[in-house]
Amino acid sequence: MAVLASSFSNVATVILMVIGLYVVIARGNMVKTLVGLGVFQTSVYLLYIGPGKILGGSAPIIAPEIATYSNPLPHVLILTAIVVGVATLALGLAIVVRINEAYGTIEEDEIIARDPDA
Amino acid sequence: MILRHLPALIVVLPLLAATLCAMLRRPHAAWLLALVVSLAIPPLALALLLQVLAEGHVSYWLGNWQPPWGIEYRVDAANGFLLLLVSLVGGAVMIYARDSVDREIAEDRRVWFYAMYLLCLTGQLGMTMTGDAFNVFVFMEIGSLSTYVLIAMGRDRRALVAAYQYLVLGTIGATFFVIGVGFLYLTTGTLNLADLAERLPQVADRRAIMVGLAFIVVGLSLKLALFPLHQWLPNAYGYAPSIATAFLAATATKVVIYLLLRFVFTVFGRTLPFEELALPTLLVALSLAAIGYASVTAIHKDNVKVMLAYSSVAQIGYITLGIAFGSETGLTGGIVHLFNHGMMKGALFLLVGAVAYRTGTVTVAGIAGLARRMPVTFAGIAVAGLSMIGVPGTVGFVSKWYLVMAALERGWWWLAVLVVGGSLFALVYMGRIVEAAYFRRAAAPAESIAEAPLSLLVPAWALVAGCVYFGLDTELTVEVARGAARTLLRLSP
Amino acid sequence: MMHRESIPRVVIKLVLPFILLFALYVQFHGDYGPGGGFQAGVIVAAGVILYGLIFGLSAARRVAPQRAVEIMVPLGVFIYAFVGVVGLLGGGNFLDYFVLDRDPVHGQERGIFWVEIGVLVTVSGTMTAIYYAFSGRGRA
Repeated sequence: MAVLASSFSNVATVILMVIGLYVVIARGNMVKTLVGLGVFQTSVYLLYIGPGKILGGSAPIIAPEIATYSNPLPHVLILTAIVVGVATLALGLAIVVRINEAYGTIEEDEIIARDPDA
Repeated sequence: MILRHLPALIVVLPLLAATLCAMLRRPHAAWLLALVVSLAIPPLALALLLQVLAEGHVSYWLGNWQPPWGIEYRVDAANGFLLLLVSLVGGAVMIYARDSVDREIAEDRRVWFYAMYLLCLTGQLGMTMTGDAFNVFVFMEIGSLSTYVLIAMGRDRRALVAAYQYLVLGTIGATFFVIGVGFLYLTTGTLNLADLAERLPQVADRRAIMVGLAFIVVGLSLKLALFPLHQWLPNAYGYAPSIATAFLAATATKVVIYLLLRFVFTVFGRTLPFEELALPTLLVALSLAAIGYASVTAIHKDNVKVMLAYSSVAQIGYITLGIAFGSETGLTGGIVHLFNHGMMKGALFLLVGAVAYRTGTVTVAGIAGLARRMPVTFAGIAVAGLSMIGVPGTVGFVSKWYLVMAALERGWWWLAVLVVGGSLFALVYMGRIVEAAYFRRAAAPAESIAEAPLSLLVPAWALVAGCVYFGLDTELTVEVARGAARTLLRLSP
Repeated sequence: MMHRESIPRVVIKLVLPFILLFALYVQFHGDYGPGGGFQAGVIVAAGVILYGLIFGLSAARRVAPQRAVEIMVPLGVFIYAFVGVVGLLGGGNFLDYFVLDRDPVHGQERGIFWVEIGVLVTVSGTMTAIYYAFSGRGRA
C-alpha cells in the first residue's frame, strides 16, 4: 500500500506496460494489436514524465522569486515520442485498411489460413 | 566551409531532397533528384572519414549548443566507415533504381517511393552519426517508418502483412530502446553518449543501470533481427520491392549492430555487460542458434528472396558471434563481416532483382535453366554465392578467418568447428540456386528472356567485384575494422 | 430531412472560426505555456475534419484541396530544414538560431518562430491528408 501511494506513477507505468504488451501478443485482431501498441507506448510517456516533476518545483519559466523548477526536458522528449507514436498508429491503420481490401479480413489467424506464406 | 559542416550536410541533403521529391509530380524527375543526392553523399562521407582518421574524432555541435546540453554528432573510427558503406550502397542502388521501380511499383506511387527511400537513407545516416541517445531513437524511427512504407509498396499482397508485422515488432523494439534510455536518463541526468559513459560508473543504484542495459539490448536485438527476435525479417525482405530489399539488407541491420556496439562497449564500458552480466554467453548461444536455425530454414524455402533473407539472419549471427568474444580479434571479425556482408547481400539482392525484372519470378523453380539466357547475372550470383560460403579469395573467407582466430584464442576449438560448419549450410542453399540456374532445363517461356539491362548489372557487379577485390587485398577493410574495434575497446583514443 | 442535422450544421458554422483562432493562439504561445506547432496543427486539422464530417468530404475538399494538402506535408519539413540551412549559411552550425538576428536572444526567438510554422504546416497537412485518405477509401 505504501508503494502504491509513494510511487503511483511508477505503478501505473508498469501496469500499462504489461497490459499493452499482453494485448499486442494475445489479440489476433490487427486493430486491437495496434491499440495495445498505443497503450504500451503511453506507459513509456508516464515513465519519463513522472520523475520529471521535481518535488516543490514550479513550471519551468524563469521568474526571479522561484528557486526550484520542474524539469522541462522529459516533456520535450515525450512530445517527440508522442508524434512518433501517432505516425506509427496512422501508418499501421493504413496498412490494415489495405490488408482488409486484399484479404477481406483483419484477423491474423484467418490470413494465415488463407495464405500460409504470409 | 563545406568541410566544417560535413556531419550536418550528410544528414540534411537527403532530408531536403526527400521533401522536394515528395512535392514533384513526375517519377523520373524524382529519380534524378534522388540519384544526384545519393551520389553526392559518398564523397562527403569519404571526406569525413579522412578527417576522422587525421584528427581521431570529429564532434559537431547541432545548433551550436555545447554538449552535453546540446545534441552533438560524433564521428570516430567506429562509425566513420559505416557512413561510407551506407552511402555507397545507397548510391549504387539508386543507379539501379529507375528501371526496377518502373517495373515493380504503380505509377502514382513512384514519387513517394523515392521520397521514402531518401528518408530511410537520412534515418540511417543520422543513426550512425549522432552522439545523443534520444536522437538515436528519433533517427531510428525516421528510418523505420519509411522502411515500413517501402516494404508495403511491394507487388505481392503478402508484402502488406509483412510490413504490418515488421511495424508491430519494430515499434516494440524501438519502445524498449526508449525505456532503456529512460532508465539511463533518470539515473544520470544526461543523454549524451560520451557523458553517459563518464557518469554511469558513478551511479549508486546498479540495478537501474542493469535494467536499462537489458531493455536497450533487447530493443536493439529486435531491430537487428537477432534470433529469436528475427520473425519479421524474412517476409519483410522477401516481399518488398527489389531495390528496397537490396538497400535494407545491406544497411539497415548493420547500423543497428553498430548501435549495439556503441552502447555495450562505449556507453556501458566493457566490464558491466561482459563480466558482471552474462551477455557473452547469451550472445554466443543466440548467435549459434541463429546460424543453425536460419541456415536450415533457408535451405527449404522456394522463394529465392525469402531464402536469402533467412541467410541474412544467419549472417547476422556470425556478426554477433564476433561481438560476443569481446576481444580485439573477435570484434575485428564481427565488424569486418558487417562490411563484407553488406557487399555480398547487396550484390545478391540486386542480381536477384535483375532476374525478377526480366522474368517476374523469384522462385527456385522459376529460375530453372536461366543461366544460359542471363549469363552475366548468374555469374555474379555464383561469385557472390562463393563469397557467402567463405571460399578463400572472397570476403566471406576473411570474416570467417577472424572469427575462427578469435575462437582459437579463447581455446574454444568446438566453436571454430561450428563456424566452419556453418559454411556447409551456405553451400547447400546457394548450391540450390546455382544448380537450378545452371543445370536444369529451362521452361518454354524462358526462350524470350534477354540479359538484364546495363543499368541493373553495373552497380550489382560493382559490389560483386568488391567482394572479390576486398577478399584478395584485405588490408583496407581489416585495418578499418581493427581501428574500430580498438576504439570501441578503448585500446586507442 | 434537414432538421436532424441542422443543429450540428449551425453550431459548426459558428464555432469553426474560433477553433482556427484558438489554433493560432496555441501556436504562438508555445513559449509561455503548453502549445507549439504540433498541438496547433492538430487543432487546425480537427477543424477541417469537423467541417468534413458534417458537410461532407467534397465540401472539405473545396476548403482544403487535395493537392494543397499533399504539398503541405513535405513543405513544413522543408521550411524546418531550410531554417537550419540559413543558420549554416549565416556562419553558425546547422540549426543555429544564435546567428539569425541582431543578437543571440532575438535569434533564438526568430528561429523557434519559423521552425514552429514549419511544424504547423506539416502536422495540419498530415492530419488532413490522413482523414482524406481514410474517408475517401470507401467510395473508391
